Amino acid sequence: MLSLIVFLPLAAAAVLAAVPPSAGRRVFTGGWVAVAAVDLVLVVAAWSGYDAGGGLDYEQRLPWMPSAGVSYHVGLDGLSLPLVAVTAVLFLACAVHSLRRTDRVKSFVLLFLFLQTVSLGLFTALDLILFFVYFDLSIVGMYFVIARWGHGEARRSALTFFLYTFVGSLALLLGFIGLYLSAEPHTFDIVEIARADPLAGSGARGALVLLAIGVGLAVKTPTVPFHTWLPPAHTDAPAAGSAILAGVLLKMGTYGFVRVAMPLLPAVWRQYAAVVVVLGVVSVLYGALVALAQEDFKRMVAYTSVNHMGYVVLAVGAAGLVAGSDEQARSLAVVGAVTQMVSHGLLTGALFLLAGVLHDRAGSYDMNAYSGLAGPAPVFAAVTGLVVFASLGLPGFSGFVAEFQIFTGSLASATIATALALLGILITAGLLLRALHRVFLGRLRLPGAPGAAGGFTDLRPSEAVSIVPLLALAVVIGVLPRFLLDVVEPAASALVGVVAR
Amino acid sequence: MSAELAALLPELALAAGAVCGLLLGSWLPRYRQWPVRLLAALACLVGLVTTASAVGTAPRLVFGGSYAVDTATNAGRFVVLAATLLTICLSVGAVGAHHRETEFHVLVLLAALGTVVLVGACDLLLLFAGYLLASVPLYALAGFGKDSPGTEAALKYYLVGALLGVTTLAGITVLYGAGRSTGYATLAQTLPAGPRSAVAVGFVAVLAGLLFKSGAVPGHFWIPDVAEGASAPVAAFVTTVPKVGGLVAVHRLVTAVLPAVEVNWPLLLAVLAAVSMSLGNLAAFFQDDVRRLLAYSTVSQVGYLLLAPVVATGSALALPSLLFYLGAYAVTNLGAFAVVAELPRARRPDDYRGLARRHPGMAAVLVLCLLGLVGTPPTAVFLGKLEVLSAAVDGGYAWLAVFAVVNTVASLFYYLRWIAPALLRPEPERGEREDVLAPAGSWSALGAYAAGAASLGLGLAGGAVLPLVSGPLLP
Repeated sequence: MLSLIVFLPLAAAAVLAAVPPSAGRRVFTGGWVAVAAVDLVLVVAAWSGYDAGGGLDYEQRLPWMPSAGVSYHVGLDGLSLPLVAVTAVLFLACAVHSLRRTDRVKSFVLLFLFLQTVSLGLFTALDLILFFVYFDLSIVGMYFVIARWGHGEARRSALTFFLYTFVGSLALLLGFIGLYLSAEPHTFDIVEIARADPLAGSGARGALVLLAIGVGLAVKTPTVPFHTWLPPAHTDAPAAGSAILAGVLLKMGTYGFVRVAMPLLPAVWRQYAAVVVVLGVVSVLYGALVALAQEDFKRMVAYTSVNHMGYVVLAVGAAGLVAGSDEQARSLAVVGAVTQMVSHGLLTGALFLLAGVLHDRAGSYDMNAYSGLAGPAPVFAAVTGLVVFASLGLPGFSGFVAEFQIFTGSLASATIATALALLGILITAGLLLRALHRVFLGRLRLPGAPGAAGGFTDLRPSEAVSIVPLLALAVVIGVLPRFLLDVVEPAASALVGVVAR
Repeated sequence: MSAELAALLPELALAAGAVCGLLLGSWLPRYRQWPVRLLAALACLVGLVTTASAVGTAPRLVFGGSYAVDTATNAGRFVVLAATLLTICLSVGAVGAHHRETEFHVLVLLAALGTVVLVGACDLLLLFAGYLLASVPLYALAGFGKDSPGTEAALKYYLVGALLGVTTLAGITVLYGAGRSTGYATLAQTLPAGPRSAVAVGFVAVLAGLLFKSGAVPGHFWIPDVAEGASAPVAAFVTTVPKVGGLVAVHRLVTAVLPAVEVNWPLLLAVLAAVSMSLGNLAAFFQDDVRRLLAYSTVSQVGYLLLAPVVATGSALALPSLLFYLGAYAVTNLGAFAVVAELPRARRPDDYRGLARRHPGMAAVLVLCLLGLVGTPPTAVFLGKLEVLSAAVDGGYAWLAVFAVVNTVASLFYYLRWIAPALLRPEPERGEREDVLAPAGSWSALGAYAAGAASLGLGLAGGAVLPLVSGPLLP
């Protein structure tokens, strides 16, 4: 079941690869939408059949390279299932959004199907090498997306992205090797290593392994000071690429914290949790402040991603501060972190798709160049406004549920840090509202045509159909979060129990 | 005696193929010498089959303990024979219907034989015989085209090879003096009692020749010139096959002879590995000729491969990782050279613009092999690198593993300089210029597809292959 979900897009890509490009772009875009929809249906089926209490579900383990300690081990739990679902939703949204694409459609579709398999695979992997394979391939796939379909200095940004995140992935590999060698018998299996906890009390060695894994994940997340690849990559990527990059690929970093770093190195994690908290707070504040200074809409959203991911890092750090907090608070912080990943995936994905609309109509992201778009494009303005409100954590949207839990869970153990992080919300609220105000209110002005009235088409059906459901899901999670929390909470308290062990 | 000969069937197949090929070639018309090619391929196939049938038999020493038939030898034979077969496939376009085609195939077979002897040698004199047999035919092959770049390449190759060969011979003399034998088994017992400085000097001198065969620093000067000057199949062969012999010989030497000797050889090898990978990568950065780029990339690959001998006695993972990485490297490097051989007119990375449109299959193989050389999963080199890095960390050389990782990141830059035009940029208007992307023929394309598939397949099916390369090393 799980392997079918993961490999269905790749199989579809293999079939579509055999179709000649002359068959027309509709074959490819239509096929992509169909496959993404089927995959989403399968994920929904998996969710409804998921047994929340029993730890890992849909588990499957096959020998792959036994002598190297590698197996094909997949499974779902409350930490991975929501991310798998977000991935499936976002890829479907991107498929619908790209229905009107005309530029080298075949390879675009094939690459995205490949990326979907890679992303789903990463969130289901329970073997470090399997995890790494997907982690690395996601970088390769995204490199080609940015370099081929990007704009501006796309190739340069893509190269920066590739080199930077490749450093991270190799640091991660070194950390994995450290874990592999410390486990007796040598294995890359996440479940087995978590059970054996081989680096407990190993001193400097455990710290070095955590450093390597931490750097690898921090680059991908990204946290300050490893974030410099993110703004150019986002700015120059195509809309669907940005949405996947922000919505799915960034989560691979934070997911790695809860899947690999915390359960496999619990003692070391507790020891250095304060460092993680500080990194998180710095990311929150730095991301917010730099976003405030941006004139480019996409760049601004990119920096708010740094800010939002900072909350997640803060929460996972606080979950490691055992002294001065009870288990319930730490569990709450982890639940908040996972909810924030889901919420950020949906909302930032939507924001980047909206930014794509902006670029599609007038070829620019410069907020100074726009003004008064609410006139000709009321639906666009309304949707953007709602997404922005959701993104800054207004009650009733998913962002609020996530951030509220993160702050409540972290307050007891990391009081000052949490207080400082609250400032981040204030700043993001200010900057997002300012952006709304500048782009949508006032007299109509478009780049390249001063004073020109009209010429800005409102949301097209394919765009609306791709973006509005993301917003709707954010509202559902904001109003009725139980269906999500019921899945996450058991896994979160299990994780917190492992960390406190 | 005959039982001992039976253990050497793959070697005999190569020797018989070379001799019969030479005889057959002198009776054939000048421009129709394809039966020799067929004979050479047949010799390789026979060798592969006999090697495969020898897998799993008990490892043993033959001919008075001078030659080991064990896991390492079998793996080395397999890699060398498969690589030779691929080279023969690649060469059809370049030397098919050439009036000296016989010479080409005979020389290739002899060089392959010499490499296999290097792999199995357990005696310094046999090691040197293997060295000569693996070197002399290749000097001739480098200058096979009888053009000025080829002549220059052959001369440089020969000069470096002769110098380091003499050094090796001097080293063998010194070790013989210090240990009163040339057999590894005896040396392992007598050398610890011998004078330490003489042992160290002798080891370093012997190592010099093996580093030349591996193409590691400081024996790497000839590689870029040969890769650029010789024809593509020769370049592919020369940058791939001798490394197998050189590296396994280094591994065998340090494991069999040196463990009890108080010489800090792991540190020496570690420094050589570090310098090889850095120098190869730095030199490859701004190469404007794809063959020179690949040549320097092979120097850096040898650096990664040398990680295994560094921890030869410190980690049980060392030997399997070396053997697997060698196989992975061989198919991947041959795949990249096969693309070069298929597009002989494209010399610069920029000439590959529009490859994805013109030859999607070639573009796929190129991307697969280049990303494979970087170590992107799930290709074979990734698994090899993973194993080698694990061995290095396991053996206490974590700093070297970190160094290798930093180098890997740096190498990505120049591989992307080649991948990016091939995949991302459209083909320029041709106008009056010649068609740089004209394919050479279906044989080299076949070779490229085979190598690309093997590179991916070996990575995915690593689980089946790894047990085959895990085994004890003799003596």
